[in-house]
Amino acid sequence: MKPVAAKLHLYWPLIKSTQTGLLLSTGVAGYLSAHHQVNLLVVLGLAGSLFLSISGSTILNMWYDHDLDAKMKRTHKRPLASGELSQREVFRLGMVISILGVGWAIAMSALYGLVVFAGLFFDVAVYTLWLKRRTCWSILWGGISGAMPILAGRVLAEGRIDLIGILLASAVLFWIPTHTLTFSMKFFEDYNAAGVPTFPSTYGFGFTRATIAISAVLASVAIGSASLLIGMQAGFLRLLGVLTSGLLLLAFATLRVQSERVNFGLFKYASLYMLSAMILLSIRVLV
Amino acid sequence: MKTTNVDRLLLLTTVLIAAYQVAVGIDGLSTLPITAYTIGFGVLLVAGLLMIILGFEVLDSPLVVIASTVIPLSLSLGLVWEYVATWRSLYLFFVLFGFLAVVLTRSLPVAQRWQTLVLAMVHGVSGLVIFLLPLVLAFEGQVLPGFALVGLGGGLIGLGGLLLSFLKIGKPILPRETIFRILPGLLLLMTAAFVAGFAFR
Repeated sequence: MKPVAAKLHLYWPLIKSTQTGLLLSTGVAGYLSAHHQVNLLVVLGLAGSLFLSISGSTILNMWYDHDLDAKMKRTHKRPLASGELSQREVFRLGMVISILGVGWAIAMSALYGLVVFAGLFFDVAVYTLWLKRRTCWSILWGGISGAMPILAGRVLAEGRIDLIGILLASAVLFWIPTHTLTFSMKFFEDYNAAGVPTFPSTYGFGFTRATIAISAVLASVAIGSASLLIGMQAGFLRLLGVLTSGLLLLAFATLRVQSERVNFGLFKYASLYMLSAMILLSIRVLV
Repeated sequence: MKTTNVDRLLLLTTVLIAAYQVAVGIDGLSTLPITAYTIGFGVLLVAGLLMIILGFEVLDSPLVVIASTVIPLSLSLGLVWEYVATWRSLYLFFVLFGFLAVVLTRSLPVAQRWQTLVLAMVHGVSGLVIFLLPLVLAFEGQVLPGFALVGLGGGLIGLGGLLLSFLKIGKPILPRETIFRILPGLLLLMTAAFVAGFAFR
């Protein structure tokens, strides 16, 4: 039993559990946002297939980027970068989990499976293999990939791709730069050492801050529009409005006060904002 | 001064109570009170979140005076609009011009005594309205006795606003460390009292 537990202990950091958990929650929120009768088996299937496919793509991402991880202070202790796991083992694990996740998704619904596969394809093939080492704009494709779980959840509930699904996906797409660009500023030297092109190294910190602020504003516009179209009740809309005002305040503060503390504050607030928005989108079904 | 885990827990509880009030606690009122209470509790909610995320350093922002003025002004406006119909227009006028006066005296090169006078007047009147009006209404039997808790919350809101505002204009009523030490508890108490009192309308 001990070797299995030890293996799991090594595998766990490969899936970036916090990021995977947040993306998974967006998928469930996308499903619940349709406000249909909740089928627990479907929700379990959604959560399981998304967990596997998101984890699988993250593992493949980590497999391909192990040389970059080894050069960066922030990531050099990851199990693959530090040599605790072999490349072949991690690649196989990533492939098996990805195939299981996408296969499960296709078995539930073809269109849902297609969206889940698109997320994996954009993350692994377009973002990681093709663009990450070539252009700082690769994060756009990383963002599109991250927006797929919420769209997938919505598609599973509605059986089609609708405007609300696209707005929800846009909200996540615009939220992701608050995460990735903040990290690219905080770990600027690390990314430079690894030779990964980033917004700060290509366009400078001022432009990067402006991009983060604009992204945060666009994310709030998208989530607000989706909430109105969904027919969110007035009280929850008020609460979303209040949370949005805080997000806008911090977004403008990052432009005026150029400090890492405020940048990181916006990143944390935006994550909390997105999580709260997901709960508000889902809650009508739960209460 | 850094926030402790207890500070963050108190602030998080405040945020959750304020969120409940914005989302559920003011349903069924007319447009102006809903707007006023949403602004008041919304500022409390966002301020609590920012203190959790950025620490007490966020209180060094020049916006703190404005935020700590908005809370009593908006909550008192909601109360007056709901319960004292004859004062509505006059009080709305006071709130709008009081707010404008605070913003102007904070933005323009104005003598400090004017800043102090305007702040004291705006906080004093709005604080007294939130403190006394619920007590009077409860005493006269127009609302359930528990509504008096709103007055208690109002008194604490007035106290918190005064402490922060006068700290910001360089005339602290209490030492800075003492204010920061009691602020999370004060915010929680005033929010809880206000929200609990509202349930007795």
